[in-house]
Amino acid sequence: MNWPFAQRDNGAPEGTNGRIIEMRGIQKVYDTGKIQVEALRGIDLTVERGEFVAVVGPSGSGKSTLLNLLGCLDTPTEGKYLLAGEPVAGMDRDGLAEVRNRRVGFVFQNFNLLPQLSALENVEMPMLFGGVPSRQRRERARKLLEQVGLGDRVEHKPTELSGGQMQRVAVARALAMEPDLILADEPTGNLDTASGSDVLSLLTELWRGGATLVVVTHDTALAERAPRIVEMRDGRIVDR
Amino acid sequence: MWSRRHPVVTWQLFLRASALQKKRAVLTIASIAWGTVAILMLLGFGQGLRDQLMRGRRGMGENIAVIWPGETSKVWQGLPMGRSIRLRIEDVDYLRSRLPDVQIVGEITTWSATLRPGTGRTITGRVTGTNWQYGVVRNHYPKPGGRFLDPLDEQHKRRVAFLGDALAKEIFGAVDPVGKALNINGSPYTVIGVMQHKLQMGAYGGPDEDHVVVPITTLAPQLGRQYLNNLVIKVARPELMADALARLRKALAATYRFDPSDEQALGVWNTVESSKTMENITLGIELFLGIVGALTLLIGGVGVANIMYAVVKEKTREIGVQMALGARGRWVTGTIVLQGLVYTLAGGLVGGGIAMVLVALLDLVPVEGNQALELLGKPTLSVPIAVATAAILGLVGILAGYFPARRAAAIDPAQTLRYE
Repeated sequence: MNWPFAQRDNGAPEGTNGRIIEMRGIQKVYDTGKIQVEALRGIDLTVERGEFVAVVGPSGSGKSTLLNLLGCLDTPTEGKYLLAGEPVAGMDRDGLAEVRNRRVGFVFQNFNLLPQLSALENVEMPMLFGGVPSRQRRERARKLLEQVGLGDRVEHKPTELSGGQMQRVAVARALAMEPDLILADEPTGNLDTASGSDVLSLLTELWRGGATLVVVTHDTALAERAPRIVEMRDGRIVDR
Repeated sequence: MWSRRHPVVTWQLFLRASALQKKRAVLTIASIAWGTVAILMLLGFGQGLRDQLMRGRRGMGENIAVIWPGETSKVWQGLPMGRSIRLRIEDVDYLRSRLPDVQIVGEITTWSATLRPGTGRTITGRVTGTNWQYGVVRNHYPKPGGRFLDPLDEQHKRRVAFLGDALAKEIFGAVDPVGKALNINGSPYTVIGVMQHKLQMGAYGGPDEDHVVVPITTLAPQLGRQYLNNLVIKVARPELMADALARLRKALAATYRFDPSDEQALGVWNTVESSKTMENITLGIELFLGIVGALTLLIGGVGVANIMYAVVKEKTREIGVQMALGARGRWVTGTIVLQGLVYTLAGGLVGGGIAMVLVALLDLVPVEGNQALELLGKPTLSVPIAVATAAILGLVGILAGYFPARRAAAIDPAQTLRYE
């Protein structure tokens, strides 16, 4: 099957050596006024284009914070972060919004589909923000939904879909803007075993098609599918 | 590219935003509609009152001043103070030659003439003898089928009478008095016209609807009068009045030998000046009504803002998702402002419709004869009122959306996405 990111020029952007993620000395401190919480204490992480990385670790280890930084939902207190060669550490909110839109596809544990919109409109949403003309939006969204096996559920609202189907809509949405990186946060956490392995196969298929995939998970079955596992403890990456 | 994308995305998001719960939307729109009705009716009543006051002020005559003789209070050219000044009937012609740009009429008045018709009730009433120009100066317009005094009446000392409408009704009842005979202090006159009903605020001697007007050339010899009760002058524009009065005072001071700066020699009622005061009072009333209305509308706006706050709170996660997918803060806030504006304007339209119906219904209430209602006037909607209301509505709508939108823009997608 042809996935959108595989169809474009696969040559890495100039000067990046094919690196999608390059983090150097990343620190994140939450200042709550009274106390300062050091969530990340110096992360060095490099992910090459086409890698499939699982991030594991106990709760409180800083996984979520790392995911937020990787997805440009938040900025680090200290350190350097290049996303597909673009330095994003010092960007303002609008700049981050644009980088998220162009470079990152999110898949969340709780799907985070907009409940009042149809599957098709949900997939269209990132393209709306990205300025894709409406006819093209519609075509692409429909094609993506077909690719994730929901060609017959295009006009369904999220409430009319099963958990597995919702997550597949979310995957289609993540692919809409041909992202450099797909970030999945416990993608199987809210699914039963069958739907879970279903979504897992889909993600694996994406990876085989050329996607760069970073998955945060507790699910050992999922983590074991990944060729590379990054384990976190107390805000640091530890060797296994 | 980005700037062009902004309104498009905002509009698309607005179209995709789930509608408010029906009950909530209805309540929101109703509160704005109520505020709109309040402001429109208050401003409408203000406008009605203003129109009525203006009409009432004009009733006596526009840009006029009334002058009556007084007593000197200053020594002048060897003459003592305390001399009575008396104005003669011929002074009207003299003043006209000195002030050709001003309309001047003289009045003589008898307060308790016996008015006896051929058929009808005999009553005692007020009779004014004056020049034919009085009709224009003092707004005495005849009802259809009659006329006011004309130059020939004055020239030929005709025994013709023009009746105030209330007086005509009192004497002749339902009968049309035009052409009927009326004895004034025993002399026969013919009624040539009846005054059209008018609203009159401000009078000297009494309201115009209660007197009889006859040529001064007829009445003066009949009563043996040679002195005027007063003069009435009319200028073309309000700003000319002060100068006209100064020149008139100077002319009369020369004839009657009094100090032109002697304020007591002539009494003057300058209606131009008092109308300025009236104007300010009306403006004050309108402003007050407008503010009360605007406050009512503002309360409606607070309602909308409240609802929009609730919307933002409920949709925090959805807004977070949109931001995670690349929506900029402005696009999200624009959508919320637009939503607040739409609800406000919808309420404004409903309220405007209700106010228009109310005004139309109030217009059906008869006011003729009811003095309070006649004075109050009827609420009137006008273009300035519509513009002012629309402006206030727009402002309220934008404010109602703006503050909730700011809260939405502050949403941190990272905080909202991970947890239910």
